[in-house]
Amino acid sequence: MNYSKEVLKHFSKPHNYGKIDNYDGLGRVGNMACGDEMFVYIKVKDNIIKDIKFETFGCVAAIATSSVLTDLAKKKTIEDALKITKQDVVDALGALPPIKIHCSVLAIDALTQAVYDYYIKNKIVIPKDLEERHNQITKRESCHS
Amino acid sequence: MIYFDYAATTPVDKRVIKSMMPFLNEKFGNPSSMHSFSSETKKVLEKSRVIIAKAINASSNEIIFTGSATESNNMALKGVAFAKKRGHILVSSIEHDCVLNTAKWLGENGFEIDFLPVDKYGIVDPKEVEKRIKKDTILVSVMHVNNEIGTIQPIETIGKICKKNNIYFHSDAAQSFGKIPIDVTNIDLLTLSSQKIYGPKGAAALFVKDGVKIEPLLHGGGQERGLRSSTENTPAIVGFAKATEICLSTMEKEQKRLTKLRDKIIATLIKEVPNCYLNGHQTKRVSNNVNVRFSSIEGEAILFMLNSYGIAVSTASACSSPKLEPSHVLSSMGLKQEEAHGSIRISMGRWTKESEVNYLLKILPEVVKKLRDISPHK
Repeated sequence: MNYSKEVLKHFSKPHNYGKIDNYDGLGRVGNMACGDEMFVYIKVKDNIIKDIKFETFGCVAAIATSSVLTDLAKKKTIEDALKITKQDVVDALGALPPIKIHCSVLAIDALTQAVYDYYIKNKIVIPKDLEERHNQITKRESCHS
Repeated sequence: MIYFDYAATTPVDKRVIKSMMPFLNEKFGNPSSMHSFSSETKKVLEKSRVIIAKAINASSNEIIFTGSATESNNMALKGVAFAKKRGHILVSSIEHDCVLNTAKWLGENGFEIDFLPVDKYGIVDPKEVEKRIKKDTILVSVMHVNNEIGTIQPIETIGKICKKNNIYFHSDAAQSFGKIPIDVTNIDLLTLSSQKIYGPKGAAALFVKDGVKIEPLLHGGGQERGLRSSTENTPAIVGFAKATEICLSTMEKEQKRLTKLRDKIIATLIKEVPNCYLNGHQTKRVSNNVNVRFSSIEGEAILFMLNSYGIAVSTASACSSPKLEPSHVLSSMGLKQEEAHGSIRISMGRWTKESEVNYLLKILPEVVKKLRDISPHK
């Protein structure tokens, strides 16, 4: 596998990994049978992602995309964090091998689910597009879709 | 960097390189020519054939030189199939892709293919062969040593069953030749490789027992008894023979040394790393192969992290394969996908030192711990 320098940097020294015990939102996507599973924890204050951490089971790309995603989302407003695209993740990493692009999708999905979880827990009205994204993510059954 | 991937390929031994050098320039003649330039190459070609034949208790006319073990395996399966024209072929489900995909291709082209199951250790039960043989079975192919998990298959017994039933038996010995004694008394076709035994790439052989009828894949000038046309790759073949000689003369001692290192790695990892398991059989296993799995982490990540510590191993995890498919060997043994994901292969060889094994045993548990710290499952 040909990984960019940035991917390998994030993989060997991942940023923001671990649990947030008193998290405000948790997004869990993927599963071990597929080979990638990501948990993203967020702590929110005044609509801003104050803290974000991840736990990932998976390959080099899965760990690197999780790490870079937490960098991109930290200190952003929820709305801005939801605007992060898989391309933003790929660009921040320099490049990702084509068969590993699904890892960047997984990272975005995990963040989306964490925000959704935060909204539900705090009884915040869920915007329509977030509801749609959430439904799409939960519908995905096969690996690496 | 420390190399623990000898099962993938080996560096060429300096003595082998030395033996090859004259045949790259001054003794370059085409063995098929009539003039004096060819006399030496013709002679050395036949001498090499004798060395390799003796190594497996065969006659020299039964050795066909090819360009790779993949070619030899293709030649064995397609060669028999084309000669027989139709029929049923049995192959084990843990064969190397070059046997499996050849068998599948034959299956799409008029032949009936059956895959032999393996037990939880990755070993074929000869009774399964007996059970699955049909009236029109033309060939059984079971590898000698599996490339991923190193298990040694009962090819003697399977060979006898085939002989009794008058069916050709082929075995891919790419991972065992030079490491385990082989006798072809009950084998009809056997694949041998040079690049796994400190010989050059581009040289391999297929043993074709006297009287076994196969069709060639390559037609042309009729070299290699008409079974493999192509100007012989004399330098590589000379190197292959030299590599064989060295392996045979050091086999017993080297296998003892590697077995000790292998067992040390297995015992230490299982004792010191929680939820670490051996893939394959503990003793019916080639001396240089360790294949272990760690729960909750993924093989490609282990490989890259070890690489950053200067250690090269391999993995057959799905995430490392171009199609993101899990290893067919581990699945055939009944491992669940989530179990197979965390597997790595550590393979040793001629230059593996105990100090390198000790370094691996220091670093690998740290790497596993680091990745488990990142994983949601501990």
